[in-house]
Amino acid sequence: MIGVENISVSLGKHAAVRNVSMAIGAGDLVGFVGPNGAGKTSLLRALLRLVPVDEGSIFLDGSDITGDQPHKHARDIAYLPQGQSVAWPLTARRLVALGRVPHRSTWENLSAADKAIIDKALEVTDTTQFADRPVTELSGGEKSRVLLARALAVDAGVLLVDEPTASLDPYHQLTTMEALKSAAGAGSAVGVVLHDLNLAGRYCNRLCLMHEGKVVADGVPRDVLSDENLARVYRIGVRRDDRGDVVVDRRLNDAS
Amino acid sequence: MGLRSTYGAATLLGALLVLTMIAALFLGYAPLGMAEVFQGLVGQGDERYVFIVQDIRLPRILLGAMVGGSLGLAGAAIQGLLRNPLADPSVIGVSSSAGLGAVVAIYYGFAASSAVIVPIFAIAFAISAMLVLVWLAGKDASVLTLILAGVAISSLAAALTTLAMNLSPNPFSLNDIILWLLGSLANRSFTEVWIAGPFMVAGWVLLLLTGRALPALSLGEDAAATLGVDLRRVRLQTIFGAAFAVGGGVAVSGAIGFVGLVAPHIVRPLVGHDPGRLLLPSALAGALLLVLADVGVRIIPGDTELKLGVVTALLGAPFFLWLIIYTRRTMR
Repeated sequence: MIGVENISVSLGKHAAVRNVSMAIGAGDLVGFVGPNGAGKTSLLRALLRLVPVDEGSIFLDGSDITGDQPHKHARDIAYLPQGQSVAWPLTARRLVALGRVPHRSTWENLSAADKAIIDKALEVTDTTQFADRPVTELSGGEKSRVLLARALAVDAGVLLVDEPTASLDPYHQLTTMEALKSAAGAGSAVGVVLHDLNLAGRYCNRLCLMHEGKVVADGVPRDVLSDENLARVYRIGVRRDDRGDVVVDRRLNDAS
Repeated sequence: MGLRSTYGAATLLGALLVLTMIAALFLGYAPLGMAEVFQGLVGQGDERYVFIVQDIRLPRILLGAMVGGSLGLAGAAIQGLLRNPLADPSVIGVSSSAGLGAVVAIYYGFAASSAVIVPIFAIAFAISAMLVLVWLAGKDASVLTLILAGVAISSLAAALTTLAMNLSPNPFSLNDIILWLLGSLANRSFTEVWIAGPFMVAGWVLLLLTGRALPALSLGEDAAATLGVDLRRVRLQTIFGAAFAVGGGVAVSGAIGFVGLVAPHIVRPLVGHDPGRLLLPSALAGALLLVLADVGVRIIPGDTELKLGVVTALLGAPFFLWLIIYTRRTMR
């Protein structure tokens, strides 16, 4: 389990996260939704201590990790940053193997168990077929699936993923969400930043709706994605289709 | 995988290096045969052979391998840290600062008093430049800050070097400075090996210790940190490792460019692009390159021996240009 209590984060003079408290429990798949600049990414980066928090505390499995450096707890928290680039033309398999780095000492080779975890991560992200190709030769969507596999290969109790579906085709958006759901099903605490509200509503068991640095709604998707919330936070008017999915209808220009 | 393994490549390069070093014992102005070289090595027989082999050729070959290895290793580590295939010890200002230290020693005539002065000045300047770099880059140095600070330090060192030459009190020290800046391994003795060697070895250890962190850094600093990489430590290891290894090397050989840039690129086709696995093969390739280049310098006929630094620059600079075109095409 990972959580924050009353944390605030500022980027320069801008308050990116304001007095937020929330937690992701084992087995939870929590979606962070909200408009651009709502503070979703800053909240994830604060959980990883990649940005300093102005106030408040970060907890991992009951202990306070607020002051710990980012490289601590590498076995316990896996992170997939947004739109990552890869510096060298490593093969996809070698890249995914980096997920095992926290579990091995300096010159130790991959064990059979490590290899099984890597193979599984490649499989659930549907990337096995290009495992031996350099990632620099893959398309944007293929590369982001390989990078997700890298995060899954850490096999950590906490998995934080920033916009994993951004460049994916619809089929692989579903594969990705299923991979995250099965990680949660296996007992991990999973937090994922998403922009597709229906994908978030369908797969996540809980949503955190953020707006201007605050969590304005936290609960089951149906309650969080109410017409009122969407109107207030996203400034959109919506309709519902026959499965209850959100259909964006119009912009609401009136701020009230 | 065959050759595409670090150990395979390291074994091959190591064997080539040893063979080249042995072959280099036979090459030079004085034509020595198998028997004379062997007699010289074990210290028996004709005194002239002993002198040529033990005091002229052996230290020169050993220093070539050590300096080349330092440059190759530092180049690979710096490229890995900065995630940039165009990086080189000179990019972060180590080489030029070490060069300035040596020039100061020669300029003020300290060098005349003892052979140990030039290496000590070079290493001291390399380390102080690195300390300025760490201070400039601060607690959370981004790669960009590091590169820009390195460029600034390099430029300052180059400016001060030319200032020293400009104000040089007599033509003899100016001549010394210029010859030294050209880079060479000629007329080096075991004194240089013993003085600069320990610094280089300390640098190698620090640089090899970055091997675990560098692959994870391929994913960028944030992802590497969350994979357990202590960014501050790996930066300091690389900076001090490069300062010791390259500072020690530059002190004995003068300015020898491009080996640190070229060596990692030579071994990538053998071991792949994993920056951690590149370190050892790259060091061996750097050593091999410099020993070969020095053999070339010695056997090219002519009245004036070509300076090693001139040769590496003549070969390295066109390679650098090609590399820019190549990386623009493939590493977008």
